[in-house]
Amino acid sequence: MAGKRLWSALARRLRGRPVPDPLRPRTPLRDHLRETHLFTTRAVGALVVILLLTAVLLGRLIYLQVLAHEHYATLSDKNRVDLVPVPPTRGLIYDRHGVLLAQNVPTFSLEVVPEQTGDLEATLRALGRVVRLSEADLERFRRRLARRRPFAAIPLRLRLSEEEVARFAVERHRFPGVDIRARLMRSYPLGPLTVRAVGYVGRISEAELARLDEAAYQGTSHVGKAGVEKYYETLLHGRVGYDQVETNALGRVLRVLARKPPVPGEDLYLTIDVALQRTAQEALAGRRGAVVAIDPRNGEVLALVSTPAYDPNLFVGGIDPEAYRALREDPDKPLFDRALQGNYPPGSTLKPFLGLAGLVHGVVTAATRVYCPGWYVLEGSQRRYRDWKRTGHGSMNLRRAMLHSCDVYFYDLAYNLGIDRMSAFLARFGFGRPTGVDLPGEASGLLPTRAWKRRVKGEPWFPGETLIAGIGQGYLLTTPLQLAQATAVLAARGLVHRPRLLLATRRPGGGLSVLDPEPAGRVTGISETHWQQVIASMEAVIRNPQGTAHGLAEGLRYRMAGKTGTAQVFGLPQDEEYQYKPEEIAERLRDHALFIAFAPVERPRIAVAVVVENGGSGGRVAGPVARAVIDRHLEREGLLPIPDRARGERQ
Amino acid sequence: MRRSAPWERARGGSLARELHLDLPLLVALCLLAGIGLLVLYSAGGQDPDLVERQLLRLGVGFAALLALAQLPPHHLERWAPWAYGLGLGLLLAVLWVGDEGKGAQRWLDLGIMRFQPSELMKLAVPLMLARHLAARPLPPGPRALAISLLLVAVPVVLIALQPDLGTALLVGSSGLCVLLLAGISWRLVGLTALGGLASAPVLWHFLRDYQRQRVLTFLDPESDPLGAGYHIIQSKIALGSGGLFGKGWLNGTQAHLEFLPERSTDFIFAVLGEEFGLIGILLLLALYLFVVIRGLAIAIQAQSTFTRLLCGSLVLTFFVYVFVNIGMVTGLLPVVGLPLPLISYGGTSLVTMMAAFGMLMSVHTHRKLLSG
Repeated sequence: MAGKRLWSALARRLRGRPVPDPLRPRTPLRDHLRETHLFTTRAVGALVVILLLTAVLLGRLIYLQVLAHEHYATLSDKNRVDLVPVPPTRGLIYDRHGVLLAQNVPTFSLEVVPEQTGDLEATLRALGRVVRLSEADLERFRRRLARRRPFAAIPLRLRLSEEEVARFAVERHRFPGVDIRARLMRSYPLGPLTVRAVGYVGRISEAELARLDEAAYQGTSHVGKAGVEKYYETLLHGRVGYDQVETNALGRVLRVLARKPPVPGEDLYLTIDVALQRTAQEALAGRRGAVVAIDPRNGEVLALVSTPAYDPNLFVGGIDPEAYRALREDPDKPLFDRALQGNYPPGSTLKPFLGLAGLVHGVVTAATRVYCPGWYVLEGSQRRYRDWKRTGHGSMNLRRAMLHSCDVYFYDLAYNLGIDRMSAFLARFGFGRPTGVDLPGEASGLLPTRAWKRRVKGEPWFPGETLIAGIGQGYLLTTPLQLAQATAVLAARGLVHRPRLLLATRRPGGGLSVLDPEPAGRVTGISETHWQQVIASMEAVIRNPQGTAHGLAEGLRYRMAGKTGTAQVFGLPQDEEYQYKPEEIAERLRDHALFIAFAPVERPRIAVAVVVENGGSGGRVAGPVARAVIDRHLEREGLLPIPDRARGERQ
Repeated sequence: MRRSAPWERARGGSLARELHLDLPLLVALCLLAGIGLLVLYSAGGQDPDLVERQLLRLGVGFAALLALAQLPPHHLERWAPWAYGLGLGLLLAVLWVGDEGKGAQRWLDLGIMRFQPSELMKLAVPLMLARHLAARPLPPGPRALAISLLLVAVPVVLIALQPDLGTALLVGSSGLCVLLLAGISWRLVGLTALGGLASAPVLWHFLRDYQRQRVLTFLDPESDPLGAGYHIIQSKIALGSGGLFGKGWLNGTQAHLEFLPERSTDFIFAVLGEEFGLIGILLLLALYLFVVIRGLAIAIQAQSTFTRLLCGSLVLTFFVYVFVNIGMVTGLLPVVGLPLPLISYGGTSLVTMMAAFGMLMSVHTHRKLLSG
């Protein structure tokens, strides 16, 4: 009876109608009996829903535990299925002509699955008697131990020697959960020669482990640390694959059930030319310096050299602390990449750009003459700003000022131009900011302005500082890469390409995809005449017998434009009677020698910047390096016949 | 023939009545806690310390149950707004000064212990709502309904902001349970459900990355077998390999070889399923159902609208816990971090749950006997 009423009430409720109560008339007063009924109805309804949901759960559980039991049992019971990550093969790196720069060679490493060792500490102690384990190895192992998936193998020692492999093989039965695995290790066949461009890979550090996608780096032990290896890490790394393996109760793999193969990383073809690298490196022979060569037509970096260099192969297996300290404490700083990170005053190599600025802003014309007595005095000041030639150059126009590298002419030009216009003009050639090359860690150089000085130094700008900037000294700083880039823009008469090292990529099993050089912009507002005048004056620097780099003209088989530069390392008194004698000054305080050049003048194919630290004279020391690199490049491009002595070296 | 159940005639029965306890419910809860300790001992790698700590928590929980059982229900009704107001204040305080744990602010450091105000809200919301709705005739009119919805929405939003979506959903559902039991029309319920579905894309926008990842992984666990999908894959293997009878206590390989993550806490159900099989699960579900049915019976027998609504909603929320957790472990629902009531390792929600059962028992044992 009660049940029947309850159900009819439930049915009405479901239709959304009020429930007429048969026992009592409807009143605005509280109807307790009706409310009790309502609640009971709802509670019973809720119970029905609960039973239905429980039935759903039960259905699911019956499916999992009865119907699909066989399936899950094989996945678990005695033979458990595990996913073993299969690291992808890292992409190879070649130079522009296909010379191998980075490859993967098989090596043997010792790996441990901690769960399977029983007593991990005892195992590690015993292993130490079979193979050599350094403190660093153990520490790295423990760090990695803290963050890992269950039953994942952790590398303990890399690069086992043949003897160690054999010794362990004999003792292997004593070490459950420890196994030798063949791994591919990165190797750089040309070592120090290409380290600035290629960089190197190293073991994944703790900080990197936190940053990297953990799933994508399962099973990968190394990651790019410098150079292209770091910049193009995602391209080179590839995608991790998985083996679905059946393991026994001890976790040893019995067979592979299914496999999702890894996708190898892409091969990279770099713009650099190993032969050019070698020429530059040999030309720098034993000096500290940098050479950067860029193809002005497309921004391809043809050579990127910084000496002294180091062997990247040392870092792949984990460099031992002694060797690392030796590298770090070497006064020649081999780890320092001068080409990308060295901030040097450009010295007189800045003059072509300033000459152009003068012409464009109408501060000078090609015919404007300035008399050089050997010094320059600012109006209303007594201070003398010396020319490098104490006796003076006499009457100078732009062309003569360039080929003599007359300082007084450019003091005057800079003074009339003013620092802000000067910096704004130079910025268009890429000075003062990173070039955006596809390498990590590029320095930005420094292009001073009034606002900069007030912000950073808290002082106003002094007119004398404009003069100093006019000969590429003072606050102004550039990297060799920036200098080469600016030269390339000049050579291409304003066409700007972002310098780059990546020439082409190749997907595994796929064809080569060559990157399209997309111009990044153009330096506009400069007339053809002005380009012509400055470039002609740069050509005169070499061709004219009085030019500061006339020494390079001997045997020159093409038209070359260039500019020497000498940058002071050490502030010498400007106005005192002081005789500058290079041989008296400690070698480290001697001037840096600089040279920028491009060739052939009519259709430039290569622009070069050379910096030789404490080299002294730009024309004598840095110039020949640039000449050698340009010669070599034009020969290899088939624009010059190859002399007999070089023919054998061709790759 | 019998006028009273056997347990009510037993000697223990009179003691239970004096302590204001409901013996059937108490026995079921103790059995569940016992099963929980048994499974925890296995899931936690046979660590006696872990079991000891859980025992301590259970002790605190039963103390809370006992304490609340002594409190006559009209006190609960009187104090409901205070509890609710305090809870709201603490939630706001947590948003301002709470400790950051796992990128979410949930805790308030009181010096002696860390306290999660959202736990208080699990009880305060049904209390407040039951009081509010009981003050006027049922089913509630539009005005009462609007106020009720506001009373639920404010704490839910505050908790969701912490962000603790699991608890927000629970608190919200406890409020909705009160409304359902109070007799709001089914059409309204249907419309709300439709609105909820429609607002899902908006909700998606407010989810944190890890929460989105959980939903995506739920839809396709195989897409990330070593990452977010690992939990679900491993728990299904654990359950499925357990079969009808299980691998036996302490013999669950999935759990013991550490394939199964969070095996002592949110995923403990998978350990139970692996070691005791479907039979063990049936026993557990039967106990849960018994608790639910007994709880609903207490609610139906309750003598005031307030107590009826309160008890009903507490029981339904208890079931939501069970359903969401098991649904998650079996791969029916996305992974939301909710423990399995009385079984999972962990303290805060356990104490809240026991307190709720204390209220239930109080309601049942403080009835005024009309006859006999």
